[in-house]
Amino acid sequence: MLTVRRFLATLGPGTVWLIVFLVLPLLIVLGYSFLTRTDFGQVGLPLTAENWQRVFGYDALFEEFVPDNLLVLWRSVWVAGLSTLLCVALGYPLAFYISFQSARRKNLLLLLLIIPFWTNFLIRIYAWIIILRPFGLFPSTLAVFLGMTYAYLPFFVLPVYSSVEKVNWTLVEAAADLGATPWRAFWVAVFPQTLPGLVAGVILTFVPALGTFVVSDILGGAKAALVGNLVQNQFGQSGDWAYGSALSFLLLGVVLLGLWVYARLAGQRGLEDLV
Amino acid sequence: MRRVHPLLAGYAWLVYAFMYLPILVLVLFSFNASKFGATWSGFTTHWYAVLFGRSDVREAVTNTLLVAVSSTALSVVLGTLLGLGLWRYTFRGRTALTFLLVTPIVIPDVVMGVSLLMFYALVRHVLPFQGGLFTVLLAHVTFQVSYVGLVVRSRLAGYGPELEEAARDLGASGLRAFLHVTLPLALPGVLSGALLAFTLSLDDFVVTYFTSGSGFHTLPVLVYTSVKRGVTPDINALSTLLIAFTVLLIVVANAVGRRGGAREG
Repeated sequence: MLTVRRFLATLGPGTVWLIVFLVLPLLIVLGYSFLTRTDFGQVGLPLTAENWQRVFGYDALFEEFVPDNLLVLWRSVWVAGLSTLLCVALGYPLAFYISFQSARRKNLLLLLLIIPFWTNFLIRIYAWIIILRPFGLFPSTLAVFLGMTYAYLPFFVLPVYSSVEKVNWTLVEAAADLGATPWRAFWVAVFPQTLPGLVAGVILTFVPALGTFVVSDILGGAKAALVGNLVQNQFGQSGDWAYGSALSFLLLGVVLLGLWVYARLAGQRGLEDLV
Repeated sequence: MRRVHPLLAGYAWLVYAFMYLPILVLVLFSFNASKFGATWSGFTTHWYAVLFGRSDVREAVTNTLLVAVSSTALSVVLGTLLGLGLWRYTFRGRTALTFLLVTPIVIPDVVMGVSLLMFYALVRHVLPFQGGLFTVLLAHVTFQVSYVGLVVRSRLAGYGPELEEAARDLGASGLRAFLHVTLPLALPGVLSGALLAFTLSLDDFVVTYFTSGSGFHTLPVLVYTSVKRGVTPDINALSTLLIAFTVLLIVVANAVGRRGGAREG
């Protein structure tokens, strides 16, 4: 009995907290997505699938298919994807560079990496307005790419760096002894070893980039709206919580699906490596 | 240490330049006499004076710190217990609980924000629940718990539960074994979890934005509304001070961490 009580006292409070403040609110979102918008921005019965039809582009008022939302979703995916790709291009070589330094310099370079990481997100985004405006590049979709790459780069580099640090370099010598060119040796002996960090970094960049409304809101202007902006609008100006709920759940669904696939491939260990 | 190709070195320094360009620009323009950013028209500390005169900024600083300190305290307790439990016990549903713990970290923050907004709006019908310090605090704890729990769990991962059992065999009570054996082992994890939770709370905009109601501002919310209204140079001054504070915090944390590491090694 004592063990049971200790077990509950240890895991109970946190689990209850997460159920009350995480699971329950998400269930409310799911529930709201099937309700109808009433006057004064309230929601109520009857139950309806209309919000979900709208999410997937069906306009009940005009009884036609208007794929605006899907276009925004598609744009969000490719904006987040390209920003992630830019993070890979900038951050992957950087992780190797840091890892090749002496212990002292390594520490300093990591510190220099962490300072922007810990500098307020909004300030880092906002600084780009000052830089881009004189060139007429603000607001623009290009500014959104730049802002996102800039904002999420440290999130990408840190997990990649920790897997580069663990690389077993003797395998490269073995590959070279067997006649591999440097590029081929890298590809067969080093790259696979950095893959867990690379995947973790990609997830940590792509997922927040997919859901953001802040970067596109501040740097993008009206034409660069992403799914995050659509959601924010429904809970702000438009005041359509039911529709907003359906959109949020779509976003959540895309993320959780991706994560579930990743967990199936990488196992629980991989899931915990994300932190 | 390995030989570094000059191309790689050059590339790395370009990336660092990219990372520091906006920070440099902010600091520089916080001392610019011109009200309209892009041109340099002389050195001034005027914007700092303007900033210190703003009562809404002072209020936002107080709110931010209040939320950060109290939510960190609460989440460290809950998160440490979760981390300990996941380390100590093997049980059915352990994987599910781990997934639950990871969810707040990977869920888009806009989704977390609106879900809590709707939750509070519903609860308000039953309980006298005002938007403000309290709702923001509860929201922050929800994402902080995950980070603390996972950091503590991974800190303990290298040790087996037999350490605690050995202490019990030697006659220590459960509490004594915990205080003298388990807690010291977990402490570095607890501290870095706390630091992480604290900075996440300081930095959070999205969740705070949706859960704070109309009268309660933290610094990130204030920066957002200022940026939306049109940039004024005193925001550059505010940003510069925040960056300076961050650098100070990191340097101190690094120094403390190194001393702790030296003691351990």
